[in-house]
Amino acid sequence: MEMFVMQLINGLSIGSIYALVALGYTMVYGIVKLINFAHGEIIMVGSFMILLLVRYAGLPFIPAILIAMVGCALLGVLMEKIAYKPLRNASRLSALITAIGVSLFLQNLFMTIFSPNPRPFPAVPIQGYVRLFGNATVSNLAIVTIVVSLAMMGLLQLFVKKTRMGKAMRAVSEDAGAASLMGVNVNSTIAVTFAIGSALAAVGSFLFASTFPQVQPFMGLDMGLKAFVAAVLGGIGVIPGAMLGGLMLGVIEVMTRAYISTQWSDAVVFSILIIVLLLKPSGLLGKSVGEKV
Amino acid sequence: MVVIKPNLKVYIISAVAVLALFGILTLLLEVGVLNNFHRGLIILVCINVILAVSLNLSAGFLGQLVLGHAAFMAVGAYTAALISTRLGVTSVFGFIFVLIAGGLAAALSGIIIGVPALRLRGDYVAIVTLGFGLIIQSVLLNLRITGGADGLLGIPRLTTMGNAFFVMVIVVALLVALVRSRHGRAMIAIREDEIAAEASGIPTTYYKILGFTIAAFFAGVAGGLFAHRVSVLVPETFGFIYSIELLVIVVLGGMGSFTGAIVAAVVLTLLPELLREFGDFRMLTYSILLVAMMIFRPKGLMGSYEFSIQSIISKIRKRG
Repeated sequence: MEMFVMQLINGLSIGSIYALVALGYTMVYGIVKLINFAHGEIIMVGSFMILLLVRYAGLPFIPAILIAMVGCALLGVLMEKIAYKPLRNASRLSALITAIGVSLFLQNLFMTIFSPNPRPFPAVPIQGYVRLFGNATVSNLAIVTIVVSLAMMGLLQLFVKKTRMGKAMRAVSEDAGAASLMGVNVNSTIAVTFAIGSALAAVGSFLFASTFPQVQPFMGLDMGLKAFVAAVLGGIGVIPGAMLGGLMLGVIEVMTRAYISTQWSDAVVFSILIIVLLLKPSGLLGKSVGEKV
Repeated sequence: MVVIKPNLKVYIISAVAVLALFGILTLLLEVGVLNNFHRGLIILVCINVILAVSLNLSAGFLGQLVLGHAAFMAVGAYTAALISTRLGVTSVFGFIFVLIAGGLAAALSGIIIGVPALRLRGDYVAIVTLGFGLIIQSVLLNLRITGGADGLLGIPRLTTMGNAFFVMVIVVALLVALVRSRHGRAMIAIREDEIAAEASGIPTTYYKILGFTIAAFFAGVAGGLFAHRVSVLVPETFGFIYSIELLVIVVLGGMGSFTGAIVAAVVLTLLPELLREFGDFRMLTYSILLVAMMIFRPKGLMGSYEFSIQSIISKIRKRG
C-alpha cells in the first residue's frame, strides 16, 4: 500500500511534466494541424539554457528558469517563422518532413557544440522528503513538480478562456479563414501559440532535468515522443485532454516500471498509442470531426 | 504524367544495359581496378537502393511519412539471419527462401502497425513508425534469441555482389511494374488527394496498407542481404538515424521518382565513404538539407521525372 501510494505520486509527478510538454504539441496541432516534432528539442534547449545559466553564470534557479522561458519562446517563434510559415499551404508531408529536419538540426547542432556526453544538472535546493503516513515518503521535488505543473495548466486555461488573445487562439483553431475575416491577426496568433507552448516546455525542461539530473543533446527525442503519445491519448488539439493524457501516461509508465518490467516500459507506452489509435483515434476527450472537403 | 507504353524493344535494351553494367563491374573487379573494399561498397549501394526504392513506394507514391524503414529492415535481417544460422543454409535456393522469409516477417510487422495507423490521416503514420522503430530497438536489445547488445554472430556470408545486384534489379523492376499498374495509379491518386480518390471508388485504406506492406517486405529483403553480408548484427545499426538517412535519400532524389531515388542512393552511400572527415557534420548537413529542400523544392531534385531509355529513344527518333 505504502509502495503503491509512493509510486502513484511519482507517476503523477512525471505525468505532470509530460502534460506540460503535451500541451505544446496539442496547442500547435490544434491551431496549424502540424505535429511539431521539434517540440521535444525545446525541452533539450531549455535544459541546456538553465544548466548554463545556473552552473556557469551563477544565477539562482528562478531567474534562470524565467530567462529560459523567454529564450524558448523566442526559439519557438523563430522556428515557426523560418521553417513552418513558408510551408503553411504546402502538403502535410512537406510540413512533417520540415519538422523532422528542424528537430534533427537542433539535436546535431547541440551535439557539435556541447559533445554528446551527458552533463550533470545542478541539484535544486529543495532536496529532502515529506512523510505521508507509515513509511510512505514523497520527495519535495515531486510535490513541487505537481504543484508547478498544475499552476501552469490553470494559468493556461485562464488565458485561453478569459483573454482576447485566448479567444483569438480558439477562433483560429476552429477556422483560420473565418477568423481572419473577423479581424483576427492569424499570423501573430500562431506566433503566440508557439511562444506559449515553448515557454511551458521550458518549465517542463526544468522539472524534467531536476527529476532525471542529466542533460544531453538527444534527451528531447524520448521525452517528446512520450509527451506526444500523451497528447494523442487525451485527444490531440484538446487542452484538458493533454493534461489528462499526460498524467495517465506518467502513472502507467511508473507502474509498469515498478510492477511489471523496467526494460519493457517504453514498449508499453507505444503499445498504448497503437491501442488508442485502434479503439478511439480521437483520444479520450477528443470528439471526432469529419474531414472538410 | 505522360503514360508511356513500353514495348518489347525497350525491355530488351534495358535488360542489355543492366547486364552490361554488371559485366563492367565484374570485369573491373577481375582486372583489379576495383578491390574488395569497392566490392563491399557496391553491395552496400545495392542494399541501399532496395531500401530507397521501397521507401519511395510508401513515402513518394503513397505519400505516407515512414520514419521506421530501418526497423522493417531489422525485422527482415534478424529473421533471415536466425533462419539461416539455425538451418545451416548454404545453397542459392536456401538463400532465396531465407530472404523471402525475412521479407514476409517485415511485411507482417508492417501490417500489424499499418492497420491502426493507416486508417487515419497521414500524421499518425510518422509517429507510429517512429515508435515502432524504438520498440524494435528495445525488443532486439532485450530478447535472448537476438543476442541482445552483443549482437547476433556467425551469420554465413552468403551475399555476393552478384546476388545483391540481381535482387536489386528484380526489386526495382517489380516496383516499377507495380507503380505503372492499376494499383500504382490508385496509390498515386491517394497521394494527390485522398478524399477525391475515395470519392472515385478507390478503397484508400486497402491501398495504403497494401503499399505500406509491400514497402516493408522489400525492406526486409534488403535486411536479409545486409545480414548475410556483414555476418554480425547489432541493434544500433537499425536505429532512427538510418531511417532518416533513407528518408533524406528519397526526399533528395525526388518523391515519386525511381531513377531519382536510385541516383540519390548511390551518391549518398558513396559520398560519406569517400569523404570520411565529412562524417561529423553529416547529420547536421542532412537536417539543413531536409528543411531547405521542403521550402525551396518540395518535390525533390528530380520531382517525379523519370530518366528512361524509352524517352531517350523517342528523342533520338524525333531528331532523326
